[in-house]
Amino acid sequence: MLSPRVLVLRAPGTNCDHETVHAFERAGAIAKRVHVHALAEKPSLADDYQILCIPGGFSYGDDIASGRILALELKTRLGDLLARFRDRGGLVLGICNGFQVLMQTGMLVADPDGKPRASLAHNRSGQFTDQWVRLAAKPGKCAMLQGLDQPFDLPVAHGEGRFVTRCAADLDALAAAGQLVLRYTTDATGQPTNPNGSAGDVAGVCDPTGRVFGLMPHPERFLVATQHPSWNGRLDGDAFGAGLAIFASAVKAVS
Amino acid sequence: MLWEVDVLSADSANDHAARAVVKGAADLGIIACTSARAVTAWLIEGELSRSDLERVAASLLADPVTEQFTILELTGAASSAPDAADTPPAATLPFPLHVLPKPGVTDPAAQSVLEAMRLLGLEAVAVRSVKKYWLPELPRADAERLAWKLLASDAIHDVVVGPLPLRALSGGRPWAFTEVEVPLEGLDEAALAKLSRERCLALSPLELAAVRDHFAALGRTPLEIELETIAQTWSEHCCHKTLGSPIDHEGPAGAVRYDNLLKETVFAATREVREALGRGDWCVSVFRDNSGVVRFDGDHDICIKVETHNHPSAIEPYGGAATGLGGVIRDVLGTGLGAKPIANLDVFCVAAPDTPAAELPPGVIPPQRLLAGVVAGVRDYGNRMGIPTIAGAVAFHPGYLCNPLVFCGTVGIMPRNSAQAEVRKGDLVVVAGGRTGRDGIHGATFSSIELTSDSESQSGGSVQIGHAINEKMLVEFILEASRQRLFHAITDCGAGGLSSAVGEMGASLGATVDLDKVPLKYEGLSATEVWISEAQERMVLAVAPGDWEKLARIAADEGVEATAIGTFTGDGRIELKWAGRVAGALDCHFLHEGRPRQRLQSRYVPLPATAPAWSASTASLGATLLEILAAPDVASKEWIIRQYDHEVQGCSVVKPLLGPGEGPADATVVRGVLGRDRGIALGVGLRHRIGPLDPWQMAAGGIIEAVANVVAAGADPDRIALLDNFCWGDTRRPESLGTLVEACRACHDVAVDLGAPFVSGKDSLNNVFAWTDAAGKPRELSIPPTLLATAMGQVDDVRRVVTPDLKRPGSRLAVIGLTRDDLAGSQLEALGVVTGGAVPTIHAPSCRKTFRHLAGAIRDGGILACHDVSDGGLLAAVAEMAIGGGIGATIDLGKVPTLLEGGQERHADLTIAFAESPCRFVCEVDAASAGRMGEWLEGIPWAWVGEVVTAPEVTITGCFGADESVAIDRLARAWRSRQAST
Repeated sequence: MLSPRVLVLRAPGTNCDHETVHAFERAGAIAKRVHVHALAEKPSLADDYQILCIPGGFSYGDDIASGRILALELKTRLGDLLARFRDRGGLVLGICNGFQVLMQTGMLVADPDGKPRASLAHNRSGQFTDQWVRLAAKPGKCAMLQGLDQPFDLPVAHGEGRFVTRCAADLDALAAAGQLVLRYTTDATGQPTNPNGSAGDVAGVCDPTGRVFGLMPHPERFLVATQHPSWNGRLDGDAFGAGLAIFASAVKAVS
Repeated sequence: MLWEVDVLSADSANDHAARAVVKGAADLGIIACTSARAVTAWLIEGELSRSDLERVAASLLADPVTEQFTILELTGAASSAPDAADTPPAATLPFPLHVLPKPGVTDPAAQSVLEAMRLLGLEAVAVRSVKKYWLPELPRADAERLAWKLLASDAIHDVVVGPLPLRALSGGRPWAFTEVEVPLEGLDEAALAKLSRERCLALSPLELAAVRDHFAALGRTPLEIELETIAQTWSEHCCHKTLGSPIDHEGPAGAVRYDNLLKETVFAATREVREALGRGDWCVSVFRDNSGVVRFDGDHDICIKVETHNHPSAIEPYGGAATGLGGVIRDVLGTGLGAKPIANLDVFCVAAPDTPAAELPPGVIPPQRLLAGVVAGVRDYGNRMGIPTIAGAVAFHPGYLCNPLVFCGTVGIMPRNSAQAEVRKGDLVVVAGGRTGRDGIHGATFSSIELTSDSESQSGGSVQIGHAINEKMLVEFILEASRQRLFHAITDCGAGGLSSAVGEMGASLGATVDLDKVPLKYEGLSATEVWISEAQERMVLAVAPGDWEKLARIAADEGVEATAIGTFTGDGRIELKWAGRVAGALDCHFLHEGRPRQRLQSRYVPLPATAPAWSASTASLGATLLEILAAPDVASKEWIIRQYDHEVQGCSVVKPLLGPGEGPADATVVRGVLGRDRGIALGVGLRHRIGPLDPWQMAAGGIIEAVANVVAAGADPDRIALLDNFCWGDTRRPESLGTLVEACRACHDVAVDLGAPFVSGKDSLNNVFAWTDAAGKPRELSIPPTLLATAMGQVDDVRRVVTPDLKRPGSRLAVIGLTRDDLAGSQLEALGVVTGGAVPTIHAPSCRKTFRHLAGAIRDGGILACHDVSDGGLLAAVAEMAIGGGIGATIDLGKVPTLLEGGQERHADLTIAFAESPCRFVCEVDAASAGRMGEWLEGIPWAWVGEVVTAPEVTITGCFGADESVAIDRLARAWRSRQAST
């Protein structure tokens, strides 16, 4: 069988594209970096792919708000390309800045009338933070979290990752719909690891189909044990990291 | 029409900027400011309607869930009544205060808005970002004080108290060509000195006299643009004026005569090491390009450069540090045929954060604000660049109060056989990246002039603001163009701007440049300003005419502006043109070889040895350890480290904080290439407290510390590249120049003894600050002589690295290396427990032997954890290992190998516990491997000193039997007690 093909979408300021390509390749896919300008010029480029991933970075500098301009560009220049991609069975993954972009496009958690029910705001600390967190997944229908039933570690690195909803009812509704599929949980010593003050400890959400998924943590930064801050002397350097399972789950879903 | 869109967070609990204002106001004693709201405001000029602005605000500027917006039309009326629509967010906050970038200052966010509006089909003429604060009723003076002390920087901001009196955002008008002659004929030494000062040229009378005579021989008067070109090229910043001088030196080793200090010390060491390596020489390109290049693996070379950006950071910490990092990244990008930046490091030297405001000379930024500013600058630039900031240090000393030091370094990787680059005759001169503005005019000459209390107002033009995304786009463009081999040579536009970049690239061929073709940020720049502007994010490439079209296509694909502005001619002249007319011309030979060199005199007399004087303190070892862990130099820098993305690119193996307890690392390690196992280890060494005591030992100690760091992590001691960054005070006096010469001599000797070549370096001299104190007395403050040594090591297999965090209860602890009576400059001295004594001394050949044996033990897998002993001594090292591992240890001071002279029991304990004798390590060794330690360390002083235990405490046994236990969480609390944040 042919390997699935992954389009890693980059824009000015994208900076996790190479390691994201690497991650998908390790998971058995063929991945290619494609500039958003090239895709805007020729939207049919996307037809060759089964997975579209928006990786981390600071698209267009993120000087106004994270992901805002790239999301606006996707909406104004590419119209419903992402929605069509999903509707024909493709998967859309947004990591960190890519998650912020997906939230801004309204693809993940908007009302039926398109009004956003949630957003990613500045961290409660007011600061960018790079740290490791422990996560618990409730995969449900999310195609990219299948098999991640045990808590696992990943790093976060962001300044605007605090998940907020318009109101508590929105949070409950999203939970009831099974869209709040990834949450920060407590570490081995029982300490909470929510790094940004997210409501409901939400770290990642999927759309109602389960085929669009965004998360703040960086799975591409934990493919092998040596990327973990405590690996030395404790883990086999060649052991797989938990992040790889997310890419493997995505690849399996379209294989 | 000029519109203002105000964006406010809907929930005041999330208004971080407002909270910072209230806290800052309280610190300034402005007690009336008990609450505030911060608004992100955008000034948008253009033929736009209110409904256009509604669209911009709703779809671009404000978040629909968390923010709200208001739209105002600015009429320019400076009335005291605010615009009717400009209602305060609360009745208690009636008072608006605006902070906005000065016209012409880079404003990346505004640029983003301008460009993103086009996606909505709207074209603005100009956009500017404004921070607007709603405050309680305050005396105007308090509001201004709050603005200038907390919110704004004189160099780059305007402050408007009350409503904005603006009707339009200023634009410029094109410059009309004029020739400005600067007559030098007949000027004597005093007149030349005056001219140099007035024009901010930083040229000595002797140098200006050479210029005068050169033009006299040509029979014409120099033009301003020519004089400026010479000043940039001959600046200390661009040509190692002092370090490359002929010097007559008198020191402890007798009289020495140098024709070129740098060549005969640092460069000579590299030559000697390379000769000794013979066919095994792994240096590729050293001291010639923008960074030093060495072999890495079969397919790649790696390169490294560390720069300083001290003077700009002293004036504007955020912009200074950000552009310092931006500059060194471009150095790596501009090496050979272009290298990919893969890691950054940053070292800051500042005064203690708690320095009383009353001790600050006029114009000096308080250290706490300065440190927060430089950290934020590195964070915002480095994170946006997607380059992990993995290594660094912060050193504190009162001498850095007026002249803080900001070092930024970058490591790059490139395919083999791309380190050599050569401009060819007929190549186009191509400038790519950001546009040129008035930013940073006179940066090169400014950094060579000492700061004074007026510098803040004088030198606004020399402060640059970075625009990281422009540079990120530039990196993508250059790397793709490099992959396709579409240029012959490349360099960055750094100090001196185009004048230095084109001047250097065309040093032998010459070039003609059409300055009117250089893309500008705004109209009105003169030819001279275009030529010497230090606007950021620009590179110059030499491109064969046949490759130009392909190159331009890649630039367009990446959204980068690239413009052919001239040709490398081959006639040995730099000719500058404006609209076809010659605006200036210089002979390359005179420009690069014509600088007269002056023989300098230097002297160094060692300070007399002193005996240590002990205080009457009776604090226990444990209590002293807690104090040392909380000392600024030693305490955790987590509040800084976590603001940096240190894991992007996915290659991180040894992080700056590690282990279950998140303790400190010695060196940090990254893979060179994703998915491959060969790694790069980075370590830094800085013995600034030794500087005033013994410059030779300061420099030598720094190098040994940097190397010990990377060796402790598992780097191969026979493949370590060194970098030097000399930062000195006023080197015009023979005594202070003497300390610099001694440090250079140390660099030579230690590098040769270690077999570790220097591959690159940089100096920053004249770090002196002059002011007049309240009593009218002239005062001067100089930094301590400071050498930052950086070691770039290589790890054969990253799976075999070793980190300092303790791993396994039941394993044994060993100390390698001798502890001596050398407490001068130690943290124990900084605490006041002891004063004076001997300075730690380096014997580099024995260090090399220790490094090699330790590396063998690590290679054989015998070492579970290893930590280099540095600031705070042995007990601090053991404490840090326990914090990282979250498990305890015992240590018996009586078993530590020493060379002590006797003395009181208590003093012996304190010395063994806290001496900072160089080249020592604490190792955790698996019980099963313990038997092999003797064989691994044959001929090296070492001993078993304790064990790793499950109990979460460090138990210290004094030489004379007394035990003391300190819980790890107490150690960790002390170590984390300085989590200063902004």
